[in-house]
Amino acid sequence: MDAIKSATREFIGKYVRNRELADSDDLFASGFVNSLFVMQLVMFVESELATPVADEDLQMDNFRSVDAVAAFVARKAAATPAA
Amino acid sequence: MQLTARQESLLAEARSYVAQEIAPYAGAWDENQAVPESAVAGFAARGHLGALVPREYGGAGLDAVSFGLLNEAVGYGCSSMRSLLTVHSMVVHAVTRWGSEQQRAHWLPRLAGGGSIGAFALSESEAGSDAGRLRTTAQRLPEGGYTLTGGKMWTTFGQRADVYLVFARLDGQITAFLVERGAPGLEVVPVTGMLGTRASLLAELRLDDCRVPADALVGRPGFGLSAVATSALDIGRYSVAWGCVGLLAACADASVAHADERVQFGRPLGEHQLVRRMIADMVTDTTAARLLCLRAGQLKDAGDPATVDATWTAKYFASVKAFRAAADTVQIFGAAGCAEGHPAQRMLRDAKIMEIIEGSTQVQQDYLAQAALRERAV
Ligand SMILES: Cc1cc2nc3c(=O)[nH]c(=O)nc-3n(C[C@H](O)[C@H](O)[C@H](O)COP(=O)(O)OP(=O)(O)OC[C@H]3O[C@@H](n4cnc5c(N)ncnc54)[C@H](O)[C@@H]3O)c2cc1C
Repeated sequence: MDAIKSATREFIGKYVRNRELADSDDLFASGFVNSLFVMQLVMFVESELATPVADEDLQMDNFRSVDAVAAFVARKAAATPAA
Repeated sequence: MQLTARQESLLAEARSYVAQEIAPYAGAWDENQAVPESAVAGFAARGHLGALVPREYGGAGLDAVSFGLLNEAVGYGCSSMRSLLTVHSMVVHAVTRWGSEQQRAHWLPRLAGGGSIGAFALSESEAGSDAGRLRTTAQRLPEGGYTLTGGKMWTTFGQRADVYLVFARLDGQITAFLVERGAPGLEVVPVTGMLGTRASLLAELRLDDCRVPADALVGRPGFGLSAVATSALDIGRYSVAWGCVGLLAACADASVAHADERVQFGRPLGEHQLVRRMIADMVTDTTAARLLCLRAGQLKDAGDPATVDATWTAKYFASVKAFRAAADTVQIFGAAGCAEGHPAQRMLRDAKIMEIIEGSTQVQQDYLAQAALRERAV
């Protein structure tokens, strides 16, 4: 969980200018990020966190903060039987 | 370029198909303001409409680099045909990426075979670069399904398409819908007389209480712009960038051939220094644009989010340079290049379009500068 949060924090840091974000801060609430960020975040979750994002996962609650991304990844991992 | 043997052979095949069946007719299609049905059918028969459709749904399932090479080959011969590949593939990508399993099973085999041609309807009269201002609305019907009301402008291949990816506000939030050509309340009005990509069958869409079924919604409400449109536009921008590489190469080839043959002041044009400079810039820009596109494609194939900015860079560079190369090509041909039906003037008109669609030059400059400033702040 910690590794996921720190990787996510680092990724988001590349796209958010001049801000110390708390893990619970809402990325979309105050326009910290531009309109392409959702797509970039989804690609990051898929490639770096190895968690497929399906159409039904498109909910702000899965992506709005570092905490939300970590919880989403953990939930998906629990739902997928280990290969 | 570091291409695989498969990519090399795909490129060679696409080039020879374009040389035989597309390039010789591009001028006539431009003049008639339409690519004929036979060209669309030929394109479909070669599987190009299924380029991005996964194999399990009957497509070619091309990797991003191969798809790019196909766009270069088609863009070399005809920007209007490349536009078909662009907008159709944007719809394919949206359905593949964000469609439900039922939507994929229904639409992808049709899109792959060309039974259904797709078009992308985002722009409106008041919403161009600022797409977030769009005003088309969607309302839920008590019995299920939705009605859409509003107007879409400049829909490439709108005259020919069978299914449109339409963006509308549902409860105020931008949401994507697949609207079939025959949907009640949809009127398709041809747009003619455009400056460039004149054969790309543009249309205006008028939606008046246009009814669509419940399963027309793609992705999730509120994610129409941030997920569905942005990822489709990323593919569109990538396709246009590669198409511009084709345009650049076509400008360079035409200019070199002419400069070699045309004699003025007792020497071929290619021996006059000022002409040589234009040629040097064209061939350098062609190579540079191709490398930027290749990098964007390799990042796509790796699933790396950095592909998004790399694609903006590639499209910005390739479109600006394509326009300059086309203007220089007209210059090198002189009066002949200005004449009706001359490929140089068509390429110049087509190249200007590339600086407007899929993020205009100024929007790209603004975005890329913003990205650079953001990186420095980290
Ligand atoms: C041939 C063709 C085909 C098209 N096909 C489609 C299609 O299939 N589907 C679809 O949805 N749309 C399509 N479009 C529309 C296209 O997406 C828009 O033209 C594009 O988004 C630009 O919008 P606009 O034309 O309204 O120009 P505007 O947004 O009004 O811009 C006009 C000028 O202002 C500049 N400008 C705008 N904002 C800024 C800024 N922030 N900073 C600096 N300068 C700025 C622009 O660069 C441009 O030079 C097509 C257009 C053409 C010409």
